[in-house]
Amino acid sequence: MTGAFRSLVRSRSGLLGLALSAVVVAATLVSLVWTPYDPGAVDPRASWAPVSGAHWFGADRLGRDLFSLVLAGARTTLLVSLAATVVAAVTGTLLAAAAAVTPGWVRAAVGYGIDVLIAFPTLLLAMVLVAVHGASTLTAVLAIGLGEGFFVARVMRAEMTRVLAADYVLAARAGGAGTWRILYAHVLPNALPTLTVLLSLVMAIAVLAEAALSYLGYGVPSSTPTWGRMLHDLQTQLTIRPQVLVWPGLAIVATVLGFNLLGDGLRDAGDPKARRT
Amino acid sequence: MTPVFLVRRLGLLAAALFGVSLLIFVLLRLLPGDVATIVGGVQATPEQLAVLRERLGTDRPLPVQYAEWAGGVLTGDFGRSMLNGVSVTDELARKLVVTLPLTLTAAVLAVAIAVPLGAYAALRQRAPDGAAVSALGQLGVAVPTFWMGIMLSVVFAVQLRLLPAQGFPADGWAEPGRAAASLVLPVLTLALAQAAVLLRFVRSATLEVLQADFLRTARAKGLTTGAALLRHGLRNAAMPVVSVLGIQIASLIVGAVVVEQAFSLPGVGKMLLADVGNRDLVKVQGTVLLLSGLVLVLGTVIDIVHRLADPRLRDTP
Repeated sequence: MTGAFRSLVRSRSGLLGLALSAVVVAATLVSLVWTPYDPGAVDPRASWAPVSGAHWFGADRLGRDLFSLVLAGARTTLLVSLAATVVAAVTGTLLAAAAAVTPGWVRAAVGYGIDVLIAFPTLLLAMVLVAVHGASTLTAVLAIGLGEGFFVARVMRAEMTRVLAADYVLAARAGGAGTWRILYAHVLPNALPTLTVLLSLVMAIAVLAEAALSYLGYGVPSSTPTWGRMLHDLQTQLTIRPQVLVWPGLAIVATVLGFNLLGDGLRDAGDPKARRT
Repeated sequence: MTPVFLVRRLGLLAAALFGVSLLIFVLLRLLPGDVATIVGGVQATPEQLAVLRERLGTDRPLPVQYAEWAGGVLTGDFGRSMLNGVSVTDELARKLVVTLPLTLTAAVLAVAIAVPLGAYAALRQRAPDGAAVSALGQLGVAVPTFWMGIMLSVVFAVQLRLLPAQGFPADGWAEPGRAAASLVLPVLTLALAQAAVLLRFVRSATLEVLQADFLRTARAKGLTTGAALLRHGLRNAAMPVVSVLGIQIASLIVGAVVVEQAFSLPGVGKMLLADVGNRDLVKVQGTVLLLSGLVLVLGTVIDIVHRLADPRLRDTP
């Protein structure tokens, strides 16, 4: 694994991905204990304050510090995306395992079900859930997590099928190991590198999905600062002071780019063929 | 292409449409419990609720409700809005006039941008300009569609004043020029978002073809790399790209919903968002079925085209 890490750091894009992800995670951790201003603090005198030493990114109509809001937004985005990624990993792996080890027609049905549901757009699933249960952090996490879960399931099914065909699985089966034992002791550890890479990419997709949901007004409650919600609220300033729209957008781009590059870098680092070139 | 394949593929499409419609029905009708209390609100009296249940048809058994809804959809009747009783089919038709041109033009433009750029990035893989194109694609994938729209508006509508920033003429396509002008930025936004994803696949497909033996043979015959790629490579590289197009349709449809909101276009997506806010479950049900059905049907069409275009697949069942 140290060899893989070294080659991740050696590739320029992998290093950039690692650095961007580290900055976003660090910003999230910092925002938990410190922001320059209270992100919710209203200050009429600072209404639409320009960029300055006091307000690095300026302030919004209510005089809330935009830099503090962007920092606090990192917290929301990362937590929602992380929770959604965990949901996706669990449902995806369980579905994939079900599709890989069940016999005959069950396998075919689960496999086809995955293929159909992957075509069902995550955002539409979110809309359906919101229409029935109202917008909340839970609906956002579930919609994004389940939607991406089918994507994880498809990739993991292929990976698990590959591992199941390996000689050591045959040897374990000859040694009397049951299906559960083989899944737990052989398939899961061997499919783990693929899952790791996949989850980094799923994390990037989840950040984009969370931002889109919040922008549309159906994400986390409006009292919680998020980048998507900020852009929704600030869009009224499009013609007057477009500069305020730059920061939350750049934050999203940096986060998604970071996780994407990290995922690509991890994949190349784990692949000896790609490592040499 | 064998007729067996066609029949099987269409059969799978029918099964998928049935499955998705069932899923939507279960999520929107079964899980919420009493739909009448959602529509009627908390102040509704028991008598009002009973009237509402009868009007909505929710007093009948669920299988009957599903059969009526699905049967209606098959004859082109998506039901009536729970709020104002307007025909959902008519509403969808009115909104598709905006959504269809938006998505179709964006899809064509995305391919027109991504294919040459992706092939170029592969051909010049080790040159700075090739690397720059790949980096641009990588960056484009990370940009949220709605922010891309906002930034394009800032540049082309606010600063350069070339195009309208938002909205669509109230009289629709009565003045085609004005309507088209208000679709330029939305189409560009949606196309760039799709092109960024597609570019990476075109690039890797081209790279794969460039390493193929048949291309080395063509080079040995005396063709330049570019000519060999045009004569022998394109058709081979197109295959994985075509199958990616099928998967991309879902993100195209979702992108349209977001873009319509960002540019305040009166399309299917903006209507869906409003209906979700109003909890007009019948309209949400119909719109979501239409959009996901579109994804499945177009996916099947692309699958069949893929089969026709690739002789290696033609004879496999």
